[in-house]
Amino acid sequence: MPYIPHTVEDRQEMLATIGARSIDELFREIPDDLKIAPQSLNIPSALDESKLLAHLTQISRKNVDLTRVVSFLGAGAYDRFIPATVNAVISRGEFLTAYTPYQPEFSQGYLQSIYEFQSMIAELYGMDVANASMYDGATSLAEAAILAHGVTGRKKIYVSEAVHPHYRQVLDTYCWSMDLDVVQMPTEGGYTKIGELEDAACILIQYPNFFGSIEDLAAARKAATDSGAMFIVCADPVAMALITPPGEFGADIVVGEGQQLGVPMGLGGPYVGLFACKSEFVRRIPGRIVGRTTDHDGREGFVMTLRTREQDIRREKATSNICTNEALMALACTVYLEAMGKNGLKQVAETSVRNTQYTMKALTQAGAKLKYPNAKVFDEFVVELPKDASEVRDKLIDKGFLAGLPLGPYYKDQANCLLVAVTENRSKEQIDAFASALKEVIR
Amino acid sequence: MKGQAVRSVPLPKLIFEKSRKGRVGCNVPVADTPEVDLKAALGQVREELHLPEVSELEVLRHFTILSHVNYGIETGFYPLGSCTMKYNPKINERTAALPGFSMLHPMQPASMIPGAMEILLGVQDMLKEITGFDYITLQPVAGAHGEMTCLMLIRAYHESRGEGKQRHTILVPDSAHGTNPASAARCGYDVKSIPTDADGNTDLKALEAALDDSIAGLMLTNPSTLGLFEPNITKICEMVHKAGGMVFCDGANMNAMVGTTRPGDHGFDCMHLNLHKTFSTPHGGGGPGCGAIGIKSHLEPFLPVPIVQRVDGKPSLDWHRPHSIGRVSPYYGQFLMEVRAYTYLRAYGKEKMHEISHYAVLNANYIKARLKDVLPAAYDRPCMHECVLTAEKYKKQHGVRALDISKRLIDYGFHPPTNYFPLIVPEAMMIEPTETECKETLDAFCDAMIEICTEAVNDPDLLHNAPTSQIVGRLDETKAVKELDVRWRTKREGVKV
Amino acid sequence: MNVPADLKYTSSHEWVKMEGDIATIGITDHAQSELGDIVYVDLPEVGRAVKAGDTFGSIESVKTVSDVYAPVSGEVVEVNGMLGAQSEVVNTDPYGKGYLVKIKVNGAADGLLDAAAYTASIS
Repeated sequence: MPYIPHTVEDRQEMLATIGARSIDELFREIPDDLKIAPQSLNIPSALDESKLLAHLTQISRKNVDLTRVVSFLGAGAYDRFIPATVNAVISRGEFLTAYTPYQPEFSQGYLQSIYEFQSMIAELYGMDVANASMYDGATSLAEAAILAHGVTGRKKIYVSEAVHPHYRQVLDTYCWSMDLDVVQMPTEGGYTKIGELEDAACILIQYPNFFGSIEDLAAARKAATDSGAMFIVCADPVAMALITPPGEFGADIVVGEGQQLGVPMGLGGPYVGLFACKSEFVRRIPGRIVGRTTDHDGREGFVMTLRTREQDIRREKATSNICTNEALMALACTVYLEAMGKNGLKQVAETSVRNTQYTMKALTQAGAKLKYPNAKVFDEFVVELPKDASEVRDKLIDKGFLAGLPLGPYYKDQANCLLVAVTENRSKEQIDAFASALKEVIR
Repeated sequence: MKGQAVRSVPLPKLIFEKSRKGRVGCNVPVADTPEVDLKAALGQVREELHLPEVSELEVLRHFTILSHVNYGIETGFYPLGSCTMKYNPKINERTAALPGFSMLHPMQPASMIPGAMEILLGVQDMLKEITGFDYITLQPVAGAHGEMTCLMLIRAYHESRGEGKQRHTILVPDSAHGTNPASAARCGYDVKSIPTDADGNTDLKALEAALDDSIAGLMLTNPSTLGLFEPNITKICEMVHKAGGMVFCDGANMNAMVGTTRPGDHGFDCMHLNLHKTFSTPHGGGGPGCGAIGIKSHLEPFLPVPIVQRVDGKPSLDWHRPHSIGRVSPYYGQFLMEVRAYTYLRAYGKEKMHEISHYAVLNANYIKARLKDVLPAAYDRPCMHECVLTAEKYKKQHGVRALDISKRLIDYGFHPPTNYFPLIVPEAMMIEPTETECKETLDAFCDAMIEICTEAVNDPDLLHNAPTSQIVGRLDETKAVKELDVRWRTKREGVKV
Repeated sequence: MNVPADLKYTSSHEWVKMEGDIATIGITDHAQSELGDIVYVDLPEVGRAVKAGDTFGSIESVKTVSDVYAPVSGEVVEVNGMLGAQSEVVNTDPYGKGYLVKIKVNGAADGLLDAAAYTASIS
């Protein structure tokens, strides 16, 4: 096995140094009846590297990936342009094969990149501080809700039904295990309707929301303040290039999914959760935080800081059980944001808006109806079709289009509704072709 | 190498300090659709956005310079105990980058992704066989997340029997990883610590005394964090089961067992695996982790949805799970990491899988034997895949701590072992070499350790002041907390705590 | 190690100074030295009732957190406001400016150690 370098002589010399006759002898503390014989596992045979690549390639071709269809599917994961620099950086062994920077003198590269990541995420969201990242957007949201419970001592988590349905499912699971109650807030006209809040620990709003609508955060902030609840926003990081960040509306915590910032869709993982908050909550942040300091000669450097919040020190009293951050994906985001910079990110966002506005017109002309005609949207919107949206979606796959997400499985009165996303990767030609294919299918 | 300053690399600057108005670092897509009035379309337009403006080459150089001051497995030996820093084969990166995997959208209909299902099922099947459990789910996205998911299953199990409220305590040995009690707390459990006996095993008397009908379960790391196999494991599981509790196996140390023994056969009800440790998916600087879990059939009704299964030989998703705990992550888990793990598992296959544990254990025992005169093992028994040594005598006699030895190792070009863990060993140095290191590397490491121990006696300040070879020396962590600076701003200011 | 003779102590390294029914509480010189540089002190609000033996706050250095236990039962009537910005005074002046809280004692203060007994317990 090329991954195991021992020669026969190595093995003999090592056993002699140890004072053992065989490797088996080293396992003598394992009771015999718990051991299995080598090569007795019922798993497939070993493959050499050439066959391995052929085998995996063959399996991968069974999938219809997004190089083979034109995608208008978003709903939390987006087909965005990823600059070639991103992969060039994250595949460097110094980053790819490092671990958590416990030894700062040996990890300044990663630590500085995380500091830059934190700076840019805080800036995007208009918040005081951001952490070094979480698993993904959904668990980030759940952690934020639990933080709010810790701060307020209250047990009711109010969540808009226009928050991603999968995120709400994750939130439900986390809250069940913590004995917290999740209360759904309904929507009207594509926007969240915040009604009476009773003993609310927090309200959770997505921005733009799952239907694409840019929510009124000023009203949500006021409702939260009036009831003493924390205000938590799950915000799309790319939209932040053009719309007012939640921080400016006084959000207490802002979370989000970082996949759009240079991470491949990869069937949903690994992704990266974003987590930013007001400085007053910094000691309650889950996960890692990197800070800048100096060494004994006054040279600047970076370390993981506020470590006493974490599980390896505080154990059952830690702010969270999270151990790692999503460092490699956070590095991808860092490279992406630095390569894009202010101008590039604005161009990505503006191109998405132009493509989206054009698609809305094209699909309406093709016979679809905007479900929420008065909603302001960024790069995603809902159309109502004359037929069941799942059927339409399936027929369009055969024509080479991934049309979007049918909402029927998630919202009971929306069987004919399709959630459509249009990123900067789409062209006018693709949009026109998509509209005519749709026209044929719904005729 | 030793103590010589590496000053040939340029010092990194923050990217923000390199920013010049108007530069862009990539060739951004240009719209060919009609222009729109952004204010009208969005209802608002953000004015200020302070992101760096640098060219593409500058971005690349920035990170190349940063990579030169970062240490990974591909840089050198990384014997960080409990973290299994083994070689991450390059073929894994190649297969995970295939567009048929990397370009899949998580909300695509299942009918479009039979190949992805095949990967998930393949990993599930192989892990089932390797661990001896009845079911595997790949939804947890990290080790701690897997622990938490297992505890949720245990909680759901007790609730289904009407004992949810009554069983509110999880037992955790004093040698456990911090994630264990933290995960238990995250599931709403009280945590009670169980001591370790004089031989390094779970104290059976203390366990017996703690077991009553308030116990939901025991979280046990096997081999323990002391690197020792728990010889009473079958008995321990029986004791907990008799009291109505479940036993969770922390699988951080699975590398010692692959192909040699199966936790599912030991009596455990569930376990988590760290695919980023045992099955070679890259650690990536502290994530992505990847945390499969294995369970016995009595916990199956509660598994997170969706279940990836095979019906009549064909892959399918099962959503209809009335007793499920729900979702623990938004999609299918860390899919691209599963592709890497699948590749790795197939590279070893039936014929060679046991070599992983065999050579991991050989390497750890070799280091333990070579260092026994300078750094004795905390417990003098054959170790498994890692050895826990103590530097207590250097602290007592020369004022040199395990941390000082570790920092000095950096000057010798090695990543230090884990220090001060497990908590029950004074001045602990936990060394896990993994199976992928050759004898020459282990010898060079041991030679360095022996030399450092001599330095500790003759010139303790050499260790107190180490490292001196890197672009920074020991950093002021007190200042980092008290003058908290966790983000760059145009005007330099700390964040008020 | 400084162990003033006029104070009472606990085995968990708190000191108590009784003045009428008001107990001033802090951590000992030995405790601060074991913890190292103290970077944060978490204290209860004024008005909170505490029970002898329960934790009422925590003290953090860079890499450890230590709970502080109430040596007496009663109500917190004052917390040391200086520690928010200058937690290092717990290191520099543990028996003076670095005190933690004042508690209005309710009932008897039993089971405390005198200086000699505490000194014996840490040596």
